[in-house]
Amino acid sequence: MTAPPTAAPPAADEAGATAQAKKQKGAAKRRPSLSRRGELLTGYTFMTPWIIGSLVFTVGPMLWSLYLSFTDYHLVLGGDFIGFENYRAMFEDPMFARAVKVTLLYVVLAVPLKLLASLAVAMLLTQKRRGIGFYRAAFYMPSLIAMSVGMALVWKALFAADGPQDQFMSLFGWEGGGFIGNPDVSILMLVLLSVWTFGAPMVIFMAGLLQVPGELYEAAEVDGAGKWHRFVHITIPMLSPVIFFNVLMETVHAFQMFGPAFIIGGTAGGPAWSTLFYTVRIYALAFVDLRMGYASAWAWMLVLAVGVVTLIMFRAAKNLVYYAGEDNR
Amino acid sequence: MTAEATTEPRVVGRRQRTAGEKGRSVLWHLCLLASLVVVLYPAFWVLTASIKPNADIITDLSPIPATITWENFASAFDGLAGVPLWRFFWNSFVIAALSVIGIVVSCSITAYALGRLEFPGRKAMFAVVIATLLLPGQVMLIPQYLIFSELDVVNTIFPLVIGKFLALDAFFVFMYIQFLRGIPRELDQAATIDGAGHFRIFFSIMLPLLRPAIVTSSIFTFIGSWNDFMGPLIYLHEIEKFPLPRLLQSYNNTEAVSNYGGMMAMTLLSLVPVVLFFLVFQKFLIKGIATSGVKG
Repeated sequence: MTAPPTAAPPAADEAGATAQAKKQKGAAKRRPSLSRRGELLTGYTFMTPWIIGSLVFTVGPMLWSLYLSFTDYHLVLGGDFIGFENYRAMFEDPMFARAVKVTLLYVVLAVPLKLLASLAVAMLLTQKRRGIGFYRAAFYMPSLIAMSVGMALVWKALFAADGPQDQFMSLFGWEGGGFIGNPDVSILMLVLLSVWTFGAPMVIFMAGLLQVPGELYEAAEVDGAGKWHRFVHITIPMLSPVIFFNVLMETVHAFQMFGPAFIIGGTAGGPAWSTLFYTVRIYALAFVDLRMGYASAWAWMLVLAVGVVTLIMFRAAKNLVYYAGEDNR
Repeated sequence: MTAEATTEPRVVGRRQRTAGEKGRSVLWHLCLLASLVVVLYPAFWVLTASIKPNADIITDLSPIPATITWENFASAFDGLAGVPLWRFFWNSFVIAALSVIGIVVSCSITAYALGRLEFPGRKAMFAVVIATLLLPGQVMLIPQYLIFSELDVVNTIFPLVIGKFLALDAFFVFMYIQFLRGIPRELDQAATIDGAGHFRIFFSIMLPLLRPAIVTSSIFTFIGSWNDFMGPLIYLHEIEKFPLPRLLQSYNNTEAVSNYGGMMAMTLLSLVPVVLFFLVFQKFLIKGIATSGVKG
């Protein structure tokens, strides 16, 4: 059911092709030219909003920002074409190194931790027991509110100096203060906030787990395979398309973390740049400093990074992801 | 512990409920309840913080308030800078409602064209939709801002909702296409033979069958728009026009030092519609994500 995007485009094309073939067969008796023309006309009529939107607000702006990234455009002062100067300057910008470090650290920690938590709970919740619906809803709930400004403020309070965490830990002799004001661990609080949203991938994992045929487990049990073996040799391979989908989407989203980081760290990514997320820095460059040319170069760097990571993942998926019922590639 | 519990075979029906089985069930419930306490603690904390007196909120560790006060809510309702709280709720609601309408209308027609019709350029357009699914939106942000300021619509909600009316939310287009795939093509063919045109097929056959997709996308759009912060941060500059996330951010910058309780009460109130929405629609919602992979 949970078709990963990899499987989607070919499937759509096949479906489209067969439909076309059927349509042509069926239409042969009737008036083929009119039906074809009708389809063309309706197709473009229905696509009009998207076509306009994509040209004006997606493709156009992408090309424009690519151009801007080669200028020193300032919202008030204007700017000129400066070639690759922005990209060169970026690598000498201490803020760039900081933002990259913070963002990568976040991606590398938040994505695996969140997915491990979600898989573990999903496995607990696919056993046949009472109260599944209640648990599922309760675990899912945080993912709807976690990325709001309100929860970011709560997070800030929970880990503030003299806040609940500080007080609780000082019962055991802790004197280190609140985590959110501590540059060594403040980023971990944002990782924790992200892990808190494990309910969203959990539901997708649950759907995947319920699709694994029970006979596989029974057969393995008869053959004497232990729990761990069944997990490694049945659950993981059968679940691999869903795992791939979750890893891909979570990673792409993690790179774009903004709201909570902005609320907790401000545009400077405080304390001591420890929460200076890449997108927060883009915002600060573009809308506080108004250096829109330079900010565009930063944005394009993000596109490149996400593009490369996505590409690597799709490559890896070719060998690692098992699609049941297809020739294993 | 977890590894052992998680790899439990799922089919237990054929066995008798032995004592060991019962013990395992108790363990399972204990395990989940314990993690639930941790997971729901932050939400519970806001709840109690909002009825604690200002001085106690940060410093009083006990989750049960020593003294209960409703003053925080009174000051929360006063809003910010003379603009009452209901106004911010209304602003959030208008943006969310327009977003929902936009998404349902634009995504359903776009998905029908991409998923059901055949016309030159369809494959390329579908590829663009899939590509934008993974494209970081930040790269369009600056030119979009320049376009909107050229159109003189900065400081209005136009930039926040126009994209929804133009089917630019690739995730929902994709989700609708996924749903359409599950609808048998024989239906369209039968309707075609009966002489129905594509508009007829779309409105009288597809739309009613798309209802689950429409409900799911509406809920997600509503919640997503309710929580959205970056859009209002960039485009809205007048306090009367602020939706709730912007209110909370401004309140945090200006009033929070003196009135922490007011902010917590506001935070709680701002989360209530999302949680209510979730409780009412949770069955739909979870089914929707499970089948399409959409996230909040």
